[in-house]
Order: sequence, then C-alpha cells, then structure tokens
Amino acid sequence: MSRPSTTQIFLVIAVLATVPLLTASNVVLNFLIVALLIALAGQGWNVLGGYGGQYSFGHAAFFGTGAYLTAILQTRYGVNAWGAFALGIMGGALIGAAIGAVTFRSGLRGSYFALVTLAFAEVLRILASVAPITGAGVGILIPLDLRPQAFQFQSRAPFYWIVLALVAGSLIIVHRIEQSRFGAWLVAVRENEDAASALGVDATRIKVAATAISAAITAAAGGFYAQYFLFIDSGIAFGPWISIEALLAPIVGGIGTAFGPLLGAFVVKALGELAKLATGDAPGLDLVIYGSVLVLIVAFAPRGIVGLLADLRSRIERLRSSVLQRAHG
Amino acid sequence: MLSPTILAPAILNGVLTGAVYALVALGLTLIYGVLHIINFAHGALLTATMFAAFFAHRLLGLDPYLAALVLTPLFFVLGYGLQRFVIGPAAHGDDRNVLLVTLGLAVVIENALLYAFRADTRTLNLGYAFDVVDFGIAFLAVPRVVAFGVALVVALLLWLILSLTDTGKAIRAVAKERLGAELSGIDVAHIFAVTFGLGTACLAVAACLLIPTYYVNPHVGNAFVLVAFTIVVLGGMGSVTGALLGGLFVGVVESLCGLYLGESLGQIGIFVMFILVLLFRPTGLFGARA
Amino acid sequence: MSHGSGWITRRRLLRTTGLGAAAAATGLVSAPAALRAQGSAVKLGVLHPVSGALSYSGQQGRLGATIAIEEVNAAGGIKALGGAKIEPVLGDAQSTPEGGNAEVEKMNAAGVAAIVGGYASSICLTASQTAARYDLPYLVDVGVADNIVTRGLKNTFRFGPGFGVIAKTALDNLVTINDQAGKPAKTVMIVNEDSLFGSGLAKLLNAQLPERGFHVLETIPHPTPTRDFNNVVLKIKAQNPDLVIPANYYNEYVLLARTMQQQRVRPKGIYSVLGGAASSYKFVKEFPEAAQYIMDCNHWFDPRNPKALALKKKVDDRGEFYTYEVYMNYSCVLLLADALERAASAERPKIIAALESSMFSEQVMPYGPTKFVNGQNQGAAPVNTQVLGNDIQVIFPQAFATAKPVFPVPRA
Repeated sequence: MSRPSTTQIFLVIAVLATVPLLTASNVVLNFLIVALLIALAGQGWNVLGGYGGQYSFGHAAFFGTGAYLTAILQTRYGVNAWGAFALGIMGGALIGAAIGAVTFRSGLRGSYFALVTLAFAEVLRILASVAPITGAGVGILIPLDLRPQAFQFQSRAPFYWIVLALVAGSLIIVHRIEQSRFGAWLVAVRENEDAASALGVDATRIKVAATAISAAITAAAGGFYAQYFLFIDSGIAFGPWISIEALLAPIVGGIGTAFGPLLGAFVVKALGELAKLATGDAPGLDLVIYGSVLVLIVAFAPRGIVGLLADLRSRIERLRSSVLQRAHG
Repeated sequence: MLSPTILAPAILNGVLTGAVYALVALGLTLIYGVLHIINFAHGALLTATMFAAFFAHRLLGLDPYLAALVLTPLFFVLGYGLQRFVIGPAAHGDDRNVLLVTLGLAVVIENALLYAFRADTRTLNLGYAFDVVDFGIAFLAVPRVVAFGVALVVALLLWLILSLTDTGKAIRAVAKERLGAELSGIDVAHIFAVTFGLGTACLAVAACLLIPTYYVNPHVGNAFVLVAFTIVVLGGMGSVTGALLGGLFVGVVESLCGLYLGESLGQIGIFVMFILVLLFRPTGLFGARA
Repeated sequence: MSHGSGWITRRRLLRTTGLGAAAAATGLVSAPAALRAQGSAVKLGVLHPVSGALSYSGQQGRLGATIAIEEVNAAGGIKALGGAKIEPVLGDAQSTPEGGNAEVEKMNAAGVAAIVGGYASSICLTASQTAARYDLPYLVDVGVADNIVTRGLKNTFRFGPGFGVIAKTALDNLVTINDQAGKPAKTVMIVNEDSLFGSGLAKLLNAQLPERGFHVLETIPHPTPTRDFNNVVLKIKAQNPDLVIPANYYNEYVLLARTMQQQRVRPKGIYSVLGGAASSYKFVKEFPEAAQYIMDCNHWFDPRNPKALALKKKVDDRGEFYTYEVYMNYSCVLLLADALERAASAERPKIIAALESSMFSEQVMPYGPTKFVNGQNQGAAPVNTQVLGNDIQVIFPQAFATAKPVFPVPRA
C-alpha cells in the first residue's frame, strides 16, 4: 500500500474515472474535483516534504505562480489557455528551483527552511496585491468562454477527468521517484543528510531538484484552479490557506506515501462536509467539529491514514497467521 | 525625502509596536526552543486572550492593566493543561504531528470563539486610550508607552526565571538536551507543559496591553502570527533576548518600510529582511543551532 | 447574544441542502419542478459568508434576507402561487469562492428557485457563474465589482449600485458639497485599502480630482488587516490636507479614526467613500467623538421611507445594528418576491424574465426607478451621509436629505 505498483495506481485511477458515468450530480462532482485539486497540490508538497523530508509552509508560492501565469498569459497576452497552463507549470518549477537553490545553498533546514518558504510565499502575495500586472487588489477574472480550446467546459465531467489525469500524472511521477536512484538519494538525504553527503550524494542538488518537481505539481493545481473558478486574487493564489491544505492532506493521509495525499484530501474534505451536515448553520460550529476530529485523527492515526491501513493490514495478517498456526499446530 | 519630523516619530512608533510583537513572539520562541514545535495555535490563543481581556472589562469592570494580573496566571494554567492533556498525548511525541494538532486546535479555538461570540468587532472605549505623552518630537499614545514598558519588564522577568530558578534551569536543560534531561530525572512532560503555559501567559499580557488601542474579533490573532514567526526565527529560536530585540527590530523595519514603500508594499520589508538574514545567518541573529 | 429561536429552525432547514445533496449523490438530479403544487413552498437560496474573515457582514446579510422572508410569509406568501411561502435554504460561503461555489451546487440540487447574496465580489463572481449553468437566477446583494454584470450572464442581477457608479457619484457629490460650502477644500489625501474597491477608487480619484480643482497630496494604500495607523496619520499630520478621503473596511477605519483623534489630527473634513465605519451606527455608538462630522458616500436606506424605518426599528429591537448588508439583502428578497408574483411561477426562466422587466418600487432604498440593463439596476445609487450629533443623516441628494451638510468641520 505504501509503495504501490503501476497496476495498483492504474486501478485506482480507473475506478475514480468512472464516477461521472455513475452520477450526474454536480454537487458530488464539484466536491470530488476540489478534493482532487487539493490532492494534486498535496502530492506536490509530498515530494518535497514526504520523500525529501523538507517541510514547506509556503507551497502557496508555487500554487499562485501556476494560477497567475495561467491567468495573466491568457487575459493579457492572448496565449491559448492550454499553453498558458503548461507555461504556468514550467514557471512553477522555475520558482521552485530558484527558492530551493537559494535556501538550500545557505544550509537552511528543518523549521528554518519551513519558515523561509512561508516568507517567500508572503512576499509573492504582497507583490501580487500591489502589482498592476496581476490586477493588484482587483484580481483577475478569466472571461467565460465555454469551449474545450479555452480549457473551459459546459459540463463538470471534463474538468473532473482532467484533474484526475493530473493526479494520475503526479502518482506516476511519485512512483518513478520511488523506484529510481533519485528517489533513493532523496530518501537518504531525508534520513541523514550528512551521512548521505559523506557517501557522495550531492544533497543540495537533489533537494533543489525535488523542490522543482514539487513546485511543478503544485503549480499545476494552481493553474487548474484558475481555469475551474475563473477568478483569482493575491489572497486566493498566494494565501496561507493553500499552503495549509497542501500539507494537511499528505500528513493526514500518510506522509511519504504515494496515495497519502489522495486519501488525505478526500478524508479532510469529507470531514468538512460531514461537519457541516451535522451542525446545521450555526456559524463556526462545523469548523469546531472539523478541527476536533483533525486532532483526534492525529491522536489515533499518527502515521496518517495509510499508516492506519497498514497497521490494520498487519494486524489482520498476524491474526490470520496465528489462526492458521493454531489450526495446523 | 522624509524629514526628521516624520522619521523620528516613525522610528519611535516602530519601537513601541515592536515591543508588543516581541511579547507575542516571546511565548512562541520559548515553545519552539523547548518543545521544538511550531505552535500554529498561537494566533488563535492570542485571540482567546484578547476576548478574555475584553470581557474582563465588559463584565467585571476590570481595567485591562489590572485584568492582566488575573488573566496571566489563568492562561498559564490553561496553557499548561492544553500541552499536558491535549497536545502532548495527541502528538505521541512526533514533531510533525504536533504541527497538525496545533493546526487543528487553532481551527477549534477560533471557531469556538466565532460560535460563542459571533463575528462582531468589539472595542473598549477607555478614557486614557486617547491620552498622549508629548515627547517633543512625537506624540506617543499612553497605552503604547505602557505596553513598551511592560513588555520589557516581562522579558526581563522571563529571563530571570530561566536563569535563576530551578524550573528555569530545567527548562533550559530540556531545551538543550531532552534525553539527557530526562535521564537526569527531569519530568519532561511537566516541563513542556510549564513552557507552553509560560508562552500562553505572555499572550495574556500582550492581550491586555493591546486591548486599549486595538479591537477584538474571532480572527484578530491571525494578523500577528506571521510577524511573530518571523521574529522568532530572526531572533533565534529559543532565545528570549533574540525575541525581544528581534521584535523591536521588526517593528522599526515595518514602520520605516511602511513609510517609504506605502503600507501595502511595506509589509514586504519584514519578510525580505527575514529571508536575507536567514540566508546569511541561518540560525538567526542570536540563535544556537538550526 | 441574540440568536433567538430563529436560528434553531434554520438548522432544520439546512438539512434540505444536505438531504438534497445526498439525494443527488445517489444519481437523482433534482430539477426545479416545472409544475409546483398549489401553495407549496418556493425555495430561496440565501448565501452568505457567515464564517471566516467576512463573517460579520455575512451574518448581517443573512439577517436582512431572513427578516424579509419572514415578512413576505407573514403577509400571506406569494399570492400568485396560491399563497406559497418562501422557504429559505441557508448556505455558508465560508468567505471563499470555493465555499460559495459548493453551496450553489447544493442549493441547485435542493431545487431553489433563485439565490440571493454572496456579499464579497469574488464570491459573487464565482457563485453567479456556477448558477448560470443551471439558469438559476442570482441576485447579488452587495458585491460592487463592475465585472459582475459585464460578463453577459443572463441569470445575474444586481439591485444595488456597482463600483463605477459609486465612485462617480461620490466624486460629483464631493464637488457639489465643496462648491456649496464656498470651496474650503483644495488639498486632499486618500487612504485606501488595497483590494478591489479601495484601489479602484483611488485610481479614479487620482485621475479626476485634479480636473475638478483638487490637489491630491498623497495616496496611501494599506492592506486589510492593518495593525497600526500611526505612520499613516503621521503623514497626514505632516502634510495637513484640507480633506481626508478614506476607503476601507470597518476595523481599519476605526483604527484610523482613533489614531487621528490620538494624534490630534483634524482636517477640514473627512469624506469617506464606501467607508467601513463612516456610516455605521456601531461606530457612532462606540466612538461618538471620533465619529463626529464624518461624511460618507455609501449604500444607505431611504430615510423618508416608513418601511425602511420600520425595518430599522425591528433590527434595533433585536439588538443588532442596522447596517447596509441588512437592508440591501432585505431589498433583494422583496425584489425577488415581486418577481415571483409577476411571473406567477417558480420556474427559473420565468423568474429571470420577470426580473429583467422588473419595475419594482416597494423597496426601501433611495434609488431611482428600477430598470435592469444587463442585470444592473440603473436606478441604483449611493447617497451621502454625515454623522451629526448621535445620528447619521442623509445630506445629499436633496430628494432624500434629512439634514444639511456641515462642512467644513467647525473648529472646536
């Protein structure tokens, strides 16, 4: 479960892909699209935070880069929506590499690294709130143009399949990382950077590369957000909310695992909805329940949902083998 | 450019604001230095203390400066309990889980306040809130001058506690070497809780100092959190002196950047300076190891 | 706390969106009933950011909408539909566009005939767009961004004025008030929050004030939230403008006004545009000295309209403040009820048609005759108010004025 095979990934995606065929409810589709969007952003975080062991509190920097590039290139420079989206991903990767290079070369690690990323995200947010090109305080509205060429669709289903495809792509990337030497180096750096360096691993280069990949994935989520909601401003694009969601999903789901962000995103979003249903409309009460359950989840599933399932599995295994032993013994 | 008539008061204002930032950051830096956790709930706890300070006046008629004497021990106890019975047990000692727990707590506290007290912005209209001290070059509001003084006193007290008392030494021991401290017989869980309690107590003081000139609503603490984090790292995590000087420094930087770049863009000054300091001094101005 | 029993019944009512969502999740898409049984309720989505950063405004908006619904129902419901009652379907936008979006989906699945609210422009933009997928009429309560009504969406209507109209009116009225007082004001400083309306307004003012004979000394943008206004006030003090023009939200405005009082800064006048607190009873009540003589150009009710005053009394009696979110939402619901009567149907296309041709005149706002062009009510306009004594009076235009402007501020 923690290191899925390509087949397992394919199966999960295939099952998820059938959802729009089974329900016409836009309530459900919208919920799933947002959950998948968060899963995508979270998977990006997971590459750097889970596999790389470097917690970032500023992934909004990459999300916002993807979102703004997608929006600005389309609205101000007439670039085709898909092209703008692709450029947004590349821009995200570049920003990621830049931030990574600057911070890792200075030897920043751990909490210091986390807070520096927060500072970078805030710098970008403030710049976006005053710069004319981002529309400053007004934000950017992408004009309604419901054609596939413009990356907009009349129905929700194509959006769903696209974000699902992006999530699938991110799963493949993570899978490749798990199987590759790069991944091994990354994990080695995570576990003990000094030892890894002593063995000849260029820790800084590895970490920078991981940041670039991580940023690209989260930037894709940002670009998708822009196309789905058609409106962004500095608070939406670079705000702390997405930095938090991007780390919440993988940690709740199972940090450093391929399916962690996906599971975590679903659980966290579903929790929010259930809390709303349970409490009616007294303002804030649903979030009190949400926060409390979050704390409980951490208390009872310290290695995330994936860890919980793995524990469950090994317990079932032990139960099975002890039953078999007794039967045969 | 800008004449001394504006520059001098701006710097003084920055110092006064910075003192309150420092107080908020003091709690955070202690908590980080000892527990090695980034307390995401700090902003929400500040909000809670501000509500307490507000209601102390509204319901009990207690002037905020007097209320501080009551609220500080109260919130020390609350903070102690929070760490001992909620955060510690839930996190199972795993740092990243503490992050999530404090995040969850922040959501709970903020929204419980929203649910209980609604979203209205509340302010206290105290007589002395508009009094100013004439320093010649500047009019400085009395509550802010008082806040500056009290912040310095609190920082000094904290420093004394850490240096001279047994508990303080135990705190420093746990901060430096948790396992060693435990093996020496120090009750680490208790020390963690005491530290957290001290952190929350600092917030209670900060709240009482802020409430005469500021306002309170369920989201008010959030405005201070990022700045507080910045100060903690800038000053060096775990350093009381660092938090105080860092706070004053950030207050002045914020003020001057606001003056020259405008209040909106000026906010960038804090974060840019923060990034620069860290790139050249990764452990902060007064910090120990990363 | 003044929730009262009204909140408890709302809890039951929200279950309809929950159940509607659950029903929808099993694959049944609930379409708006083409044929409604005589006398059965008409569902109305009431969407506001009641949690999150905008929660106060959201709660006030919800208050206004629900009072209007109660009144319509008490008066016999929608008579053209056999006395059908309006059933509110409350939704919390959680102060984010995604939140608003999700609620619109749920409201649609619950079969609402229309949606009222949104409050923030960003929420209104995305929510109305989603509603457009289902031809679901969307009535914007406050959101002033001009692009809300310029997207060519047939379902989106705004009863109140948009940003462009507000800014222009504010400027015109300022010039008139200044002229009438003998032109005491020449120099101006602008203090604006840096999002949509603040920065847009500052831009407009900077372009047009010089043409009208004013000299803008400086424009000071600031973020929301801003923790401290001492530097801003220092600059104002140093340059001593005749007029200060603030455009910001409640909390920041209060801090600014208090700091100005602290630093003894007293310009000849404070002329706020869409001021967060300048025309707020709460501000006047809590800071009477700091609030004196402040002028505002903002959303306001018609002070000569007995219905508006009756609503004010109702809100005051509940222990709430009579803020613009309340009466703007109140008006939107009455507008919709009127459309339902004229359409004699709860079908969405018919409601949209009724709104398009609406000449609704039973409202409480100081507007000209109702006429929707591209979804924007052409009659909508802000008015000028001033805090005089312990009350807020309308000082301009004459048709709605209850007092004469006091300008420049008398020197103490």
